[in-house]
Amino acid sequence: MLEIKNLHVAIEDGSKKILNGLNLTVHKGEVAAIMGPNGSGKSTLSYVIAGKPDYEVLDGEILLDGVNILKMEANERAAAGVFLAFQYPIEIPGVATMTFLKAALNAQRKQRGEDVFTTPEFMKRTFSAADKLQINRDMLKRALNVGFSGGEKKRMEILQMALLEPRICILDETDSGLDIDALRIVSEGVNALRSPDRGFLVITHYQRLLNHIVPDVVHVMNAGRIVKSGGKELALELEANGYRDYQAAA
Amino acid sequence: MNAIITPLKTAAELALIQQFIAQKAKLSGDAATHAMREDAFAAFQALGLPNKRVEHWHYTDLRKEMRFIQPLADLPTQAQIIEAKAALAHYEGVSLVLLNGAFVPELSNIADLPQGVIFTSMADVLGGSRPDLLQHLGALDVAKGDHALCLNAAFMRDGVVLELADNSQIDTPIALISLCSKGLNVSSSARSLVVVGAGAKLTVIEIHEGGAECDAQVNDAVEFVLGADSKVEHIVRQDMAKRTLYLATVTANLGPKAEFNSFALVQGGGFSRRQLYVQYSGEGAVAGLRGVTMLKGTQFADTTLIMDHAKANGISRELFKHVVDGDATGVYQGKVIVRQHAQKTDGGMKSNTLLLSDTATMNNKPELEIFADDVVCGHGATVGALDDELLFYLMARGLPKPEAERLMIQAFLGEAIEFVEHEPMRDALNAEVDAWLSER
Repeated sequence: MLEIKNLHVAIEDGSKKILNGLNLTVHKGEVAAIMGPNGSGKSTLSYVIAGKPDYEVLDGEILLDGVNILKMEANERAAAGVFLAFQYPIEIPGVATMTFLKAALNAQRKQRGEDVFTTPEFMKRTFSAADKLQINRDMLKRALNVGFSGGEKKRMEILQMALLEPRICILDETDSGLDIDALRIVSEGVNALRSPDRGFLVITHYQRLLNHIVPDVVHVMNAGRIVKSGGKELALELEANGYRDYQAAA
Repeated sequence: MNAIITPLKTAAELALIQQFIAQKAKLSGDAATHAMREDAFAAFQALGLPNKRVEHWHYTDLRKEMRFIQPLADLPTQAQIIEAKAALAHYEGVSLVLLNGAFVPELSNIADLPQGVIFTSMADVLGGSRPDLLQHLGALDVAKGDHALCLNAAFMRDGVVLELADNSQIDTPIALISLCSKGLNVSSSARSLVVVGAGAKLTVIEIHEGGAECDAQVNDAVEFVLGADSKVEHIVRQDMAKRTLYLATVTANLGPKAEFNSFALVQGGGFSRRQLYVQYSGEGAVAGLRGVTMLKGTQFADTTLIMDHAKANGISRELFKHVVDGDATGVYQGKVIVRQHAQKTDGGMKSNTLLLSDTATMNNKPELEIFADDVVCGHGATVGALDDELLFYLMARGLPKPEAERLMIQAFLGEAIEFVEHEPMRDALNAEVDAWLSER
């Protein structure tokens, strides 16, 4: 469903190349993990898929269900089914979480030509999803992510993911800053969304997360390319040996 | 030999002098009022129209802007009153209405004023009915010699005077609505006064509208006198027509432990300035001055305030949010004075601006003048564009760019609006912001 072909990307001013001919496919229903050392381009990859404007795509394409999404704005990609769970979710003072969720959900539905949700429908869906993630009503009334703990922010990302029902979910170091309990809740939230029609790209530094969200495939990234792919056991191998071998290979 | 240098007066300054001489006998008031007018005008004449060289008006050159003087407004005609009635149709609640600077009983619902509130028209007070109230006008030390206030005192015609008995808790907000007639090229100077008894509580809403299809010149003032332990919430909406030259002065004299919260939404006028003077005359008083200014086109709007902590244990908070689009210009000047004996003063001032275009301008001047040694005071001023990271986050969740920007601006302004305690008014202010943004 998600195919990335020969992707070359530099920082917008062209000064530094980050992705160097990256090829990657995530199949329907698949959970793909990407591991790699600091600076290998993992976060850049997630931003480029989501449509962040700070990067210049020099070559290659990103196809979602066969359609090249590179020309689309970030919001159009979101409406097409791309969801990025941010490593550092942004605080939006002054916007109540519920207001934001409703605006996002209905904006996507509008772009897809679907009917917008009425307030009662929206509330029902939101409360049901929030309960599963142990997000209380009070948090939903507060300004988005303002004063939330690291764990609360990540749970809020997963709540958004659950409500927006994307085709491809990209999780950028979702485990960073989480304690064991929060990691479990977040992972359960993600696992509940696994479905035969949905793909996941899970970016992480540590094998720990993959004990909870068990991947179908693990890719190793270095210097802006995928340098090795394998099964879930590859993550264990990396945890034991580090990235040395692959850095040399690159 | 000493040479006395008299600066040349501008055409507008000369016209003001002629206007005062020609009109003063016709202006309302008893001997005491006339003496007050003479003094105020003499003070103004010595100062002239404020210009860039006056520190307090550094960014707002009124002398340059005010090229001519409009004639003083006459009492409203029946046709003007009928027109105003239509404009007021969507207002509910208790309202006291000024039209071109004159109080109009038939547009107001004095009979609905809650018990404990006494209303008098300023024209009556100026005429000598209440010397005890007259003494409050222009009495605030920190505002003495203010150009706009002196001019207002010289030409003031009428206004609303409210008195609250001690311990009256008034939950119903009282609206002072100031309207200017369409197409009427006049100047008006309303002066209102709110005297709040000890332990009393009141919400005052001020609405300024009208002045379409003309170059109206408005110079209004409202003065608050707060007794001990009293509490006033003051909410202002300034939505004058785009060619209006608009000056507004608010003064507040705070008794011991009084609390004064004033919020203003400014989006109207071509050239406008809103000035606030707050004097802490009793210990432990609290004041929160906040506001939202939304400017576009070639609008110019200045918010200038002085907080004078003359007594100990006072708290002051200022939070002003400006959104400047097009070729518009905003000004914020805030000065917090902490006098020598005003120990344990706690002051915090913030002015934040979002510039929405490359040609928008903002001038910020926060100042602290501290003479006491045991105080906590701080200020911060920021000017910036919309945050790209935030914009991306919202777009990545599906919001198209214009919608994402709108939400960000709403959020930015909402941080100030959320301090408005009166909920229906808070909703109304948010709706004003939405309307402004959807016209962008």
